[in-house]
Amino acid sequence: MSYTEIMLISSIKVIVVVLAVLTGCAYSTWLERKLVGHFQHRIGPNVAGPFGLLQPIADAIKLVFKEDIVPNNVERITYALAPIVVFIPALLSFAVVPFGDKVTMFGYQIDMVISDLDIGVLFVFAVTSLGVYGIVLAGWSSGSKYSLLGGVRSSAQMISYEVAYGLSIIGVLVIAGTLSMKELVAQQSSFFDWFIFRQPVGFVLYVICAIAETNRAPFDLPEAESELVAGYHTEYSSMRFAMFFIGEYANMLAVSCVATTIFLGGWQGPLLPPIIWFAIKVALFMSFYIWLRATLPRLRYDQLMNFGWKVLFPLALLNVMVTALIYRL
Amino acid sequence: MSEYLAIIIFLFVGIGLVLFTFFLSRLIRPANPYPEKTQNYECAEPPIGSSWIQFNNRFYIFALIFVIFDVEAIFLFPWAVAFGQLGLYALVEMMIFIFILLFGLFYAWKKGVLKWV
Repeated sequence: MSYTEIMLISSIKVIVVVLAVLTGCAYSTWLERKLVGHFQHRIGPNVAGPFGLLQPIADAIKLVFKEDIVPNNVERITYALAPIVVFIPALLSFAVVPFGDKVTMFGYQIDMVISDLDIGVLFVFAVTSLGVYGIVLAGWSSGSKYSLLGGVRSSAQMISYEVAYGLSIIGVLVIAGTLSMKELVAQQSSFFDWFIFRQPVGFVLYVICAIAETNRAPFDLPEAESELVAGYHTEYSSMRFAMFFIGEYANMLAVSCVATTIFLGGWQGPLLPPIIWFAIKVALFMSFYIWLRATLPRLRYDQLMNFGWKVLFPLALLNVMVTALIYRL
Repeated sequence: MSEYLAIIIFLFVGIGLVLFTFFLSRLIRPANPYPEKTQNYECAEPPIGSSWIQFNNRFYIFALIFVIFDVEAIFLFPWAVAFGQLGLYALVEMMIFIFILLFGLFYAWKKGVLKWV
């Protein structure tokens, strides 16, 4: 393939993925509201369109039309930068997720992945941990006490779980011996080869840490409405707020995609086309997220930090050691 | 190289998308700021004192421990990937490394660093 062809194909893939991710984020909010509604014996959104399916679009239009209120004692540059710094890394982590097998289209062999980096897993972890910068910047530059406390709390929480988050997949890497997402999917070709069965402890650790990393219930302390109003995005409105919001859902989607790829066999499955299998697995993982939110109460801050450092981190290290020993013996 | 090129394209599309939505919303949204509206939120009262208040210095300590242990995690990544080709030596070596760090964690724990008051 010539250089221009590569450029063109990559650009088309990028645009398709960006649109898919944005649609996914929008409909995750719909799914969340609908599911939480049913969990609480309510109906959930049902006015805009059939089953309220047009609700995300209505929300988006509303946000675009809202006034952008900038308080007068914010740090202008960092204040403007923070939502972008939250949103871009969340989006970038989709660059290495394989959505399906190779397909032939218009005479070209097209990989269903934007970029098959040989350090794919490392790339995802590096990029997602950049999101914490946006949160610190937002909290600090808003010039509000709530935002500052929310931002500091959030960053302490994220870095505490970051360590166990990184360690949780090392067991998989020991078995697989590769960092390429495509290669990881290829190694889970039969159902019982899925890494969730070979690394159950790693999977549980990954899920818990991922929930803490994305600031979701029961670890949603940074946004604790009752004590910090909305945490780091108290002073944001209009599209800037929307960026935080989309960023959070994009992060959840990214975590679901990575979990699907690393632990749940990726796009592989019988009968249905790969992309459908991938979507089903991601949707189930997202529903699990929402289910947790509807079920569990929020942790106290000291419980959260203790759990991260005194339970998850040693457990992750032990998991690495045990995996290495079993693999070697 | 084309793999990284795709990521750079992705990055630019992402930034372009954000700037475009900001621009679009600037065209159509109202703008009517007045002093009461642009005040910081503090439960509808005028804000008291500076917003950059002191916060618990334990946050710094946790940041320091994080740096130490995250560097460790980074060392584990290449070891894990190459584990299949490395001999028993690498296994023993890494066990010693992990034990030293576990000891460090245990030390910090006993010193009360991990305790949140």
